[in-house]
Amino acid sequence: MTGFLASRALSLAFVLWLVTMIAFVVIRLAPGDPSAIMLGSDATPKAVAEFRAKYGLDRPIAVQYIAWLGRVVRGDLGTSIYLGRPVTTAILERLPVSLTLTLAAFVIAVMLGVTLGLVAAYWHDTWVDRAVSVVAALGLSMPSFWLGICLIYLFAVRWALLPSGGFVEPWVDPPASLRHLLLPAFALGYLQSGLIARMTRTSMLEALRGDFVRTARSKGVAELRVVVKHAFRNALIPVLTVTGIALAVLFGGAVVIETVFTLPGVGRLLVNAVVRRDYAVVQGTLLLVALWYVLVNIAVDILYTVSDPRVRLRAS
Amino acid sequence: MAESATRRRRGLGTVANVSLVGLVLLIALIVMGPYLYTVSPTLVAGRERLKPPSMAHPLGTDQFGREVLARVIAGGQQSLRVATLTMALTVAAGSLLGLVAGSVRALDEILMRISDAFLALPAVILAIALMAVREPSEANVVLALVVVYTPRVARLVRGKALLIREMPYVEAANALGARRSRVIGWHILPNATPELIVQATFIFGYAILDEATLSFLGVGPPPPAPSWGNMLSEARYLVRDAFWISFFPGLLIGIAVLSANILGDGIRDRYDPRRGE
Repeated sequence: MTGFLASRALSLAFVLWLVTMIAFVVIRLAPGDPSAIMLGSDATPKAVAEFRAKYGLDRPIAVQYIAWLGRVVRGDLGTSIYLGRPVTTAILERLPVSLTLTLAAFVIAVMLGVTLGLVAAYWHDTWVDRAVSVVAALGLSMPSFWLGICLIYLFAVRWALLPSGGFVEPWVDPPASLRHLLLPAFALGYLQSGLIARMTRTSMLEALRGDFVRTARSKGVAELRVVVKHAFRNALIPVLTVTGIALAVLFGGAVVIETVFTLPGVGRLLVNAVVRRDYAVVQGTLLLVALWYVLVNIAVDILYTVSDPRVRLRAS
Repeated sequence: MAESATRRRRGLGTVANVSLVGLVLLIALIVMGPYLYTVSPTLVAGRERLKPPSMAHPLGTDQFGREVLARVIAGGQQSLRVATLTMALTVAAGSLLGLVAGSVRALDEILMRISDAFLALPAVILAIALMAVREPSEANVVLALVVVYTPRVARLVRGKALLIREMPYVEAANALGARRSRVIGWHILPNATPELIVQATFIFGYAILDEATLSFLGVGPPPPAPSWGNMLSEARYLVRDAFWISFFPGLLIGIAVLSANILGDGIRDRYDPRRGE
């Protein structure tokens, strides 16, 4: 089991290393030398030369990459030219907002998706099943920012029930925080619930046909217990996989939702950085998103081994 | 031939047919739109600001008195251009890389590891980052989306190529002394075509959605040229007074993407009878 996890962790670390290369190369695609971008077009040749020497831009590209990677590994993502502060600090400041939003959306996506999937599988080929597939298809096609705007229109403007934006830290004022989070988390989470519902349905249909389900029923096990304890437990692995993907994707989707609901998160930081051509911030955000993806994947791998003894056995 | 097995189910099914008709109608209306409704999408009319939908203004007007209908049509043309180009270029690049990875073992490992790294980054995030280093133009949006989607298509084609490579008819072709290029072009590529069509349909949908997202975030093609995304971006501050300006572009994005998704599912079910339960 530890061997399985170690080999997965190793290959994910390798992916992360490749992403550092992408992040490094992407920024080098920018027209002009970083010195021209950092110093502006009216910089004197002497200032440019000093800048290039200071940041090692006069050295070969491979040397530059290794030096940059060395700093990144130590947590130094460079300095934001617009904010005039370390990128790491700027990101860490906004990270709680994005993480809160992502996790809230994740809770909604999983609860909604699994419930819909279970219901659709249990009453498959009825109107319930078809209704769920419509809900799921809508989730996969609707632009999240449009859903957000429509929710703002209905809940904040028409009915004045919930705030239209802003962020309150959950540890400062939990009820107010929840009210602020509800709309953005739903706009973000609904999209992923469609995928989770589809996978839950397919996987449950298979599990419900299993012999062990018939055995459980014939033993007189209560129906709810059959569905949740016997069938769903066996349908869990594919559901875990899409759930993991959802958690990874939601963090990226938060970028858009943060803009709609004016939440001061990493996504807003990224979008503002793109408009201001603040490359160090863009680079740092790319690495953060990839790190999140890798961490989520490691967590999913651990859950696999916990939830399915077969994975544990095969691995050892 | 394998035809009889794959064509067991005729047609696409009702829902997929409806979405195909819907998509074709939407495209036709957007393409013909400027001839049917000749008001300029950028014509500013100060007296007609923020008028709700009525006979005179079918979808209402925006904060500058511009017709939302005209802007939705013009925005749709941009979305269609971006989506069609992105789809064509992604399928071409993805097939090429996928076939190379699926037939040249030495390159397979390298290409697949690189695609792993691309898949670790959500499509929109990577596209946003690419837009940071390029001018915000339509061509660069297409370029960014192609870069982002190509690894996904390449992976799929590579997987299919590896499967087909082991088929008896490829073995037979090899035994007859067919050149590698002939095996790839004549046997592997045609048999991967159904999957490619399905993927192309999905990419068309994603491209519309992601282009709208980039424009919404202000890193797409610049205004005043309307796009569905930048219309939503301008209109979100007016939700209180003029909800219709945001409602219609979003609705059209939803319809276009939904039709593309359902159509893709329908085509896939038809070519893969196991999935169509």
